[in-house]
Amino acid sequence: MPDAPGLELIAQDLNDAAAGSVLGTYHEHGQGCLIVDPERILAVLGWLRDTPGQEYRFLASLHGVDYLPAQPRFGVVYELLNMPRVERLRVRAALADSGPDELPEIDSCVPLFPAAEFQEREVYDFFGIVFSGHPDLRRILMPEDYVGWPQRRDFPVGGEPVIFTRDERDVPRWFE
Amino acid sequence: MEVRREKLRALSPLEEPRSPAELRVRQLRARDLLRGDLEGADLERHVSESVLTTTLDRATRWGRANSIFPATFGLACCAIEMMSMVSPRYDIARFGAENLRATPRQADMLILSGRVAIKMAPVIRRLYDQMLEPKWVVSMGACSSSGGMFANYAVVQGADKFMPVDIHIPGCPPRPEALLYGFNKLQRMIVGNPDAGWRRRYNAIGTEEWARPVTGTASREEAEAYAAAREQSVARHAELAGESG
Amino acid sequence: MSDLGRDVASRTDAQVIGSSPVERTAAGQALAPEQELMTINMGPHHPATHGVLRLLVSLEGEVVRDLKPVVGYVHTGIEKNCEDKSYWKVIPFVERMDYLSYFFNMEAFVGCVERLLELEIPPRANYLRVIHLELNRIHSHLVWLGTGALDLGAMSMFFYCFRDRDRILDLFELSTGQRMHTRYFQVGGVFEDIPVGFERQARAFCAEMPSRIDQYEAILNRNEIFLRRTRNVGIVPRQRLLDLGVTGPLLRAAGEPWDLRKVDPTLAYADFDFQIPVGTVGDGHDRYRVRVREMRESVRIIEQALDGLPEGPWIADDRKVVLPPRDELSTSMEALIHHFKLVTEGFRVPPGEAYHAVEGPRGELGCFVLADGSAKPARVHVRDPSFVNLQALRDMCVGGYVADLIQNLAMLDPILGGIDR
Repeated sequence: MPDAPGLELIAQDLNDAAAGSVLGTYHEHGQGCLIVDPERILAVLGWLRDTPGQEYRFLASLHGVDYLPAQPRFGVVYELLNMPRVERLRVRAALADSGPDELPEIDSCVPLFPAAEFQEREVYDFFGIVFSGHPDLRRILMPEDYVGWPQRRDFPVGGEPVIFTRDERDVPRWFE
Repeated sequence: MEVRREKLRALSPLEEPRSPAELRVRQLRARDLLRGDLEGADLERHVSESVLTTTLDRATRWGRANSIFPATFGLACCAIEMMSMVSPRYDIARFGAENLRATPRQADMLILSGRVAIKMAPVIRRLYDQMLEPKWVVSMGACSSSGGMFANYAVVQGADKFMPVDIHIPGCPPRPEALLYGFNKLQRMIVGNPDAGWRRRYNAIGTEEWARPVTGTASREEAEAYAAAREQSVARHAELAGESG
Repeated sequence: MSDLGRDVASRTDAQVIGSSPVERTAAGQALAPEQELMTINMGPHHPATHGVLRLLVSLEGEVVRDLKPVVGYVHTGIEKNCEDKSYWKVIPFVERMDYLSYFFNMEAFVGCVERLLELEIPPRANYLRVIHLELNRIHSHLVWLGTGALDLGAMSMFFYCFRDRDRILDLFELSTGQRMHTRYFQVGGVFEDIPVGFERQARAFCAEMPSRIDQYEAILNRNEIFLRRTRNVGIVPRQRLLDLGVTGPLLRAAGEPWDLRKVDPTLAYADFDFQIPVGTVGDGHDRYRVRVREMRESVRIIEQALDGLPEGPWIADDRKVVLPPRDELSTSMEALIHHFKLVTEGFRVPPGEAYHAVEGPRGELGCFVLADGSAKPARVHVRDPSFVNLQALRDMCVGGYVADLIQNLAMLDPILGGIDR
């Protein structure tokens, strides 16, 4: 993992290369994270992948996080790995909630990292984040006709209440 | 003498005598049996009728129970324990279920081993429908019996919700010995009375695909109740088909 | 007979082949008869015992032209459920994701929470964790070998491998009480110390296992059918595998010496002397050899760990996170209060996020935990190796025969519980 000063250097170089892309950094528990503007995500990832000296060529994981009630609400987190130096770097694209009628959008990084194909579909399936430019964006784990974005924090967990003997009185004809 | 009396009792409630003359013949035959006077062709006929009807049926059920063909249907973690039940230590082959068939058309027991996701439920139902009767379902583990520890949007809370289940085996995952215990219970159920169980519970009497009269140690009342339930069920299914069709 | 022959001959090739669905080209034109593609569905239920994976395979004759995996048939919503439970209750949930490598799932999650808490685990717990993880690795590879060889037709391998697998499960039952899904790793160490007979039985197992592996290799290594089916089949170039995010034995078989136990050792892996088997060609045979050799190396690690097992506590003594021992509950008031708080509410983790990766039997198993300061995690995401490795299946199978598809699936070693979570 790049240490805290190293992380700041990366953030500075990145801001020089693509102005305004890095919104913040933090470094805790030995891991560094860049918080990035989602409009510039391809530039950021491309810079991190291709610049000699950085070369984070392996996408270990791509996942979504719902930070409700904090804003911006969604984060698409890219865990990057530099194999020769064994350094990990986390990049978080901070996406705001677009409201109840629209889905938040971000560019797909499948052209840069083909490993992202299934993982972006999973983020779409669970959070409703649309990846523009993805070759085949559809639900992957839920049934195709499912309505709702299950992993959002305001989506209910679901399931049925367990009926104990004391609850039988309250739930009439529970055995049906 | 006792043996013959049992066979006689088994014979009587099944088929109604078709005419008063037949009833008279039966009564006389019964009297002769009780006295020990039945002999010759009468005795032979009686024995063949009663022995065939009951013992053959029992033999069929015994054969069915001891040569179950399970369908290799593994969903999740319980599948690994099911595979280990097939393995040499907890051998299921010694109970006759050696021949696991992959295709549901040749299998007669479906072991639901693992959590039933909502995406998989229609697939399982279709597989179950493709199986030929008689068929039994063993719900292995907590997840397929009741949803297990996963009380959420993605797991069907019990396979009971969309298909009839005969045996539920608790555990997460159940040990292979537990699965064998459930399997033995199913075998005893099949030998004892395969009619008992889910058809009555799910009000589906009359949906069997093979024609078979009630045999075994059913009493007259049970036979009448069965016939009535069968008529009611057939009528209900016709009504449902009329509504949807 | 001659009538039948004449009748068949008088039909065109398209009519004979075209009794099954035909896929048209993107231009909307029908393909020439010898180019027709037939899409078949290898449905979620199939004889290959790899779980409910559905493959939509487009075939031209017997050659696979396209492959689309459809997953989600055992999606359990574990990650969503984890957000509702206190941290130690998450452990049984996360265990059941990749259901053959349950210790690795636990280690990924528990390691991540320990990273968030900045909690050090005692050395004995370290070694015990390594022992159980390596036993789980052997167990997972044995199941893979048994079911993989079963898919290729070597039925007896199934029985042999499961016989040995039962011995490992006996060891697990001895130390943890359960055969599978043991809930053994806790935040701070392991749940309980190993009992008295464990070491002896584990050493007996380790002494016998190499000869068992020799037996398996004797069956398969020079078997003509096995060689013909696995050699030079399913080769994907190393760079393509890296692009696809593939890790684990698949990557090592292609020649990349990447193993998190060596490059980024967590736990006590740095203390042990073991090798990483690396293949050359990257075909099915290399994958098989890499995994079998990994079993041998795991046996070596377990022996070294048993030799060097340090004395001491098996769980950290930070009472805010770890349950106090039960004998203290009747004498110490603080122990009772700690126990009460931990059992009812659970321990709180300061806000932050962390990603912790371990080398599972299938590749890099990572866990991302977002903590918001309460007793329940706000997000638990497990980066499952099978999910990412599945993207390589298409590259492995396209251009080969259908029979090779079965072999590729067997050598890919997917676990649908991990893919679907």
